[in-house]
Amino acid sequence: MEMQKTRFDFDFMSKRKIGLIISSLLIIISIISISMEGLTFGIDFTGGTLIEVGYSEAVDLDLIRQSLSNSEFNNAIIQYFGSANDVLIRIPPSEGLNTADISNRTLALLADTGSNIEMRRVEFVGPQVGEELKEDGGLAMIYALMGIFIYVALRFQRRFSIAAIVALVHDVVITVGIFSITHFDFDLTVLAALLAVIGYSLNDTIVVFDRVRENFRKFRDTSPADVFNISLNQTLSRTLVTSLTTLLVLIALFVFGGEIIHSFATALIVGVVIGTYSSIFVASPITLALGITKEDLMPVQKEGDDLDAMP
Amino acid sequence: MNRYSPWKYLLILVLIGLGALFALPNIYGKDPALQISATRSSEVSQLTEFQVSTALEEAKIPYKSIELGLESLVVRFKNEETQLKAQSAIKKSLGLSYVVALNLAPATPDWLTKFGAEPMFLGLDLRGGVHFLMEVDMVAAVSKAEDRYISDMRSKLRENKVRYKTITRNKAGGLLVRFKDDTERDNGQELIEDEFPDLDVTLPKNSGDESQLIAKINEKVLLETQKLALQQNITTLRKRVNELGVAEPVIQQQGLSRIVVQLPGVQDTAKAKNILGATATLEFRLVDEDHAPQDAVDGRVPAGSKLYYERNGQPILLDKEVMLTGDSIIDAASGIDGQSGGPNVTITLDGKGAKRMSHATRDNVGKRLAVVFIENKVETVEKNGELVENKIVVEEVINAAVIREQLGKRFQITGLESTQEARTLSLLLRAGALAAPIYIIEERTVGPSLGQDNIDKGFKSVLIGFVLVLVFMAVYYKVFGLIANVALALNLVLIVALLSILQATLTLPGIAGIVLTVGMAVDANVLIFERIREEVRNGNSPQASIHAGYEKAFSTIADANITTLIAALVLFSFGTGPIKGFAVTLSLGIISSMFTAIMVTRGLVNLLYGGRRLEKLKI
Repeated sequence: MEMQKTRFDFDFMSKRKIGLIISSLLIIISIISISMEGLTFGIDFTGGTLIEVGYSEAVDLDLIRQSLSNSEFNNAIIQYFGSANDVLIRIPPSEGLNTADISNRTLALLADTGSNIEMRRVEFVGPQVGEELKEDGGLAMIYALMGIFIYVALRFQRRFSIAAIVALVHDVVITVGIFSITHFDFDLTVLAALLAVIGYSLNDTIVVFDRVRENFRKFRDTSPADVFNISLNQTLSRTLVTSLTTLLVLIALFVFGGEIIHSFATALIVGVVIGTYSSIFVASPITLALGITKEDLMPVQKEGDDLDAMP
Repeated sequence: MNRYSPWKYLLILVLIGLGALFALPNIYGKDPALQISATRSSEVSQLTEFQVSTALEEAKIPYKSIELGLESLVVRFKNEETQLKAQSAIKKSLGLSYVVALNLAPATPDWLTKFGAEPMFLGLDLRGGVHFLMEVDMVAAVSKAEDRYISDMRSKLRENKVRYKTITRNKAGGLLVRFKDDTERDNGQELIEDEFPDLDVTLPKNSGDESQLIAKINEKVLLETQKLALQQNITTLRKRVNELGVAEPVIQQQGLSRIVVQLPGVQDTAKAKNILGATATLEFRLVDEDHAPQDAVDGRVPAGSKLYYERNGQPILLDKEVMLTGDSIIDAASGIDGQSGGPNVTITLDGKGAKRMSHATRDNVGKRLAVVFIENKVETVEKNGELVENKIVVEEVINAAVIREQLGKRFQITGLESTQEARTLSLLLRAGALAAPIYIIEERTVGPSLGQDNIDKGFKSVLIGFVLVLVFMAVYYKVFGLIANVALALNLVLIVALLSILQATLTLPGIAGIVLTVGMAVDANVLIFERIREEVRNGNSPQASIHAGYEKAFSTIADANITTLIAALVLFSFGTGPIKGFAVTLSLGIISSMFTAIMVTRGLVNLLYGGRRLEKLKI
């Protein structure tokens, strides 16, 4: 057996129990939070109206609340958006409101709360559209996972496929759980971010699996656990460097991309961190636990090869 | 070792050259411009071009250029002030048959336009504007069609002296025709089957003692009716959007019953919504002159009549039977009456409508004919914790004029108080010429300042993220890092070029997709470089290490990118609007990064190190 020099020599596999405990805890907490607290769905999913208003100078929210309190919009949720000059008004779908001109009437009501009021954004989503978006989002998630399952099963092996999917579900559940705990807005862009997280996390997992496959073929007498350890150590610097560069741009996006992109960037940052962790501590241990052996990964002997060898 | 054949370098150069060429239009700004297009009755031609240039010269308004395109005329200006001045001058000169819309025209130089190179198409969240998703009320479309059949069947049965009791809408679907006895029913069935091939006639299973028939519009015709309703709505929306004067509007069918309307750059969203959202239909009914409306107000509405109110609140009694609906109207135009000199509205009907109108007015000269305007609104109401959308119908008599003679294909409504009233009436008539009501079920409006903000912030975050990655790579991988940076920059250029070529819509999440791609595109290089470092550590020669690094990393890169691509494609097929934009940039980024991160860096590495004896690699 040739000696393999790696920069790192961590024994990941012996610590897989710790990983298992941490992951299980995170998942349990996430599920509890999602089922108890639920998610703060954005109007993309709930339906309703969202109005972003820009003022030329800082504005007092109470002033806005006052001018809306005597109107049909007294159940509106009012908050700052990014700065004290920007205000977000959310109006839940409710009785007696003709949805199409809610924004115009709100703006009219706000007329005395400041000068130079500017309508920056209006989003209105009908309840049935919200339902559909929810449904489509769920379907998209399932189809993405299915597509990935099939691809990995074809390129690698079924056990890898199962482990990869478990790791992805793990990432999605925990990311969603964090959104539930922190009460961040869960809207369409977050859903898109989740799908991107699936792509990213899988990217990480595939890189490790690729190396595992290669090493299984190379080190014939090494135990599967050691093969995983060697592979994880060999790919560790790549895993860290890529996560770092991705996080660098995501943080740039979070800080400079504006308030409107915050939820999206948050979901991706959380997802990238969890995805990096899961490719090491979730995907690999599960593949190992499923009983992967080197026989599963030997290149298929083509019949033609044998025939050629015969005279 | 590590040498690329010349054709590979050539391929790389050609691709980069093309990329740069098609990305180039994006660095030229945009000119404030006016886009002049024709409404249905007119045409944009060289004559229009002449009219416009004369109008501008007369008003002493300087302009940069006039270009005559296929469907529109684009006039460019130096600044927005002259653009606005020019708009009113041109409007005055061309009149109402042309739409003069404010627009920002890309200032791409001619030689680039010749290659077909255009700047990226910005989504509404970046340029500002309104996005509506509208739903056509198919139930109403079908029930309207049923109403027409009911009235046609009644007259056909009567004409042929078949004795029927009533024709009503059946609860379980279709129309229920009740007859006096079985003989009449058989006659009726034969007649209906002959005269109305679009109806499927069946005998109900549990009709009791009564002789009944069920007539259902058959599936194919039903589908056709719905398709027509959608198409008619799209046409009407187009017409209305033209009235708004919007450059580059999008009006598109989505699914079987929905229409997407996008109006870039619209600032007065209230007006847009009023024109698009207040969907309406029309009905012509005879005025019941025999009864006093006041009695009806007190609760005694005569059978055969229905109580309405005029716009000024006056009660008026109208015949229950609809003489004609709005979908028979082809056109309604306001003008001046040649005889009296007063304002009038000329209505043009289609063939079927004209026949009906002439038939119905023949015996009713001297009576009044009322136009009922029916507006549809949607309210969302909470009922037992469930959100329910309530449809509200507002009916109003907008005009009741005396029939002077038998009316035909074209007729006039005169005796209007002002030209303003005539114009409003004609607008309402045209707006009412819709087959089925539509409702706004989704709206996304982005103000122009937020759009610019989004562009600025998006651009800034791409730039900062990009620079951070560049610095990190250069520090961590030294010479190889610099090579990767060149590839990364080219990757950005290629993404922009691909977006420009495809004219795919760039949205804010799309920019986020580019940012993410920047982060992930270096992954391929990281994989390769880490592999090279490993090979070096294992005691391989620098040249062999480079070779092995690229070889071994390739399948990993391919696998990793394909799986991400799967996620992006799913996102594309399920996403709407902005999300689609994210999927597009992510997919394009993955594809172009495969080229830049593998082929381009390899080319550079080979150029730098290939075929030389190397002691050490700077990696």
